[in-house]
Amino acid sequence: MPILELRNVSKTFGALKVTQDVSFSLAAGEALGIIGPNGAGKSTLFNLITGNVAADAGTILFDDRDVTKAPPMQRCMAGVGRTFQIPQPFAKLTVFENLLVAAGFGAAQTERDATDRCAEILEDTGLVKRANAPASTLSLLQRKRLELARALATDPKVLLLDEIAGGLTEGECEALVETIRAVHARGVSIVWIEHVLHALNSVVQRLLVLDFGKVIGIGAPEEIMGSTEVREIYLGIKV
Amino acid sequence: MDAQGPPTRSWSIETRTKASRGFFIAVAFLVALGFLAPLFLARSTVQDLFFILTMLVLAQCWNLLAGYAGLVSVGQQVFVGFGAYAMFACVSLLGLDPISAIFLGGLGAALLSLPTGFFIFRLQGAYFAIGTWVVAEVVRLLLAQWRALGGGTGTSLPNSATRDMWATQFVSELFDMRPAQAMDVLTYWLALVVACLTTGFIYWLLRTRRGLGLAALRDNQEAARAVGVDAARLKWAVYICVSFVTGVCGALIYVQKARISPDAAFSVVDWTAYVIFIVVIGGIGTLEGPIVGVIVFFLLQNALAEYGSWYLLLLGAMGIIIMLFAPRGLWGLFTDRTGIQFFPVRRMLVRRDGHHSKVQGGPNG
Repeated sequence: MPILELRNVSKTFGALKVTQDVSFSLAAGEALGIIGPNGAGKSTLFNLITGNVAADAGTILFDDRDVTKAPPMQRCMAGVGRTFQIPQPFAKLTVFENLLVAAGFGAAQTERDATDRCAEILEDTGLVKRANAPASTLSLLQRKRLELARALATDPKVLLLDEIAGGLTEGECEALVETIRAVHARGVSIVWIEHVLHALNSVVQRLLVLDFGKVIGIGAPEEIMGSTEVREIYLGIKV
Repeated sequence: MDAQGPPTRSWSIETRTKASRGFFIAVAFLVALGFLAPLFLARSTVQDLFFILTMLVLAQCWNLLAGYAGLVSVGQQVFVGFGAYAMFACVSLLGLDPISAIFLGGLGAALLSLPTGFFIFRLQGAYFAIGTWVVAEVVRLLLAQWRALGGGTGTSLPNSATRDMWATQFVSELFDMRPAQAMDVLTYWLALVVACLTTGFIYWLLRTRRGLGLAALRDNQEAARAVGVDAARLKWAVYICVSFVTGVCGALIYVQKARISPDAAFSVVDWTAYVIFIVVIGGIGTLEGPIVGVIVFFLLQNALAEYGSWYLLLLGAMGIIIMLFAPRGLWGLFTDRTGIQFFPVRRMLVRRDGHHSKVQGGPNG
């Protein structure tokens, strides 16, 4: 049974058709990668799923419920967790408090109940030593980790990761992939937008290719990476 | 022990700091001293303290509204004026006691906030600010048509109402004061109670889950929505609460003044511009900021009183300088340097064995 399903979703910004008739479904427990050149509409697709951007046409089903018109808050409560491509921390709050907001609202937990779980997430994401530091003092890499940690604190059924590995060193990337694998192993479904293909392909079962807002391919990673069309689109941008 | 038993809690949250413990003892002492103050202070000093306390209430309200909920209103005078007029109507037309009418003034302001909120919540940013001002002007013009309360020129509270006000007789006999002075003492005490309750309420609110949600909203609205914070509901709740307290404060101010006119009661300079100045120079988004701000404002006002319009120019210049060089206000400057905070809202993660993660950077929950 699919946990997330998009049916013919479209969105235009002015004259720009940023999402065109996109349909796909994500099975419960599946990990799906999304690739495509810059400006292909990948982040917009996430914003449509989370409700930060309203769809012009089409239907979005989450957990068998039509959420096309639901505000972001309700989708989060239902189990959609996301990270932002450009980290959006609560700058004056501490790292721990950032998670506490997510656990308190997104997962409807009391502070007392959330404490241990938030601490555990901080340990898993390697942020526990910075727990009581204001988020504004974090480095870019730590901010990316905070994005992941905060999304996890909302207790998501589906986790949307937006270029979380971009800009990381090889070692950091590997550690992050391990964390994501562990999350996936606990049964959380994942949709992951990423340019770092080897990281992506070591986690996901299927790849979706987006170009000019259209789905131009979806399937097993080796099948997708073998396709001429995808190679053409990707060769110009990525080595 | 069963290995499958409930997991033991190995982490906990701590919010108190050493400075805060000492501070709460000092506050308790100061409040007690504040209650006794009228016994040994001159009447004019008691009136000054009344002014400081009521401005503090307005400043804490605006700080919660703008500093936390992100609702930058320049029309708070509407609730001061409406609360005051509702009180006047209850006393002059219905013959109620001014003290109970103060509460009804707050209730009136809260009721008014429902239709005004319905209108202004459709606006964003600068349009929201302008909208609040327009609403205030509309309500002022409407009340200026109310002949029974003096229309555009205003009216005074009936002498009998203030003289026979609840407990005035008692205070005047107890301390051997004239009724007018006893009324000043009584309104001062009420202002002290309202200021303590307002500050206490906001402090309590900021330590709850909703308070944390408000702080998240203040820092990043989009992210707050994405982690499940119900932004619209929180903003409405804050707006209505603040309207109530602002209305109570307005009614209290005009019980003390005993004379009202639409221009004075709906003055944007007195009830909003000064209040914004207080919050901004003190430090927006902190509970300590408005307290520091109101003291600085009062000292400036006294020091510059004889310079006429230069006073306003200097006030403006000072506001600009502080915004440029200390955008988080005098309290922000202080707390960045020292790490001291008197109203700790920071939730610190500590291990149960007492091991503390070191705090870095300035505390500013």
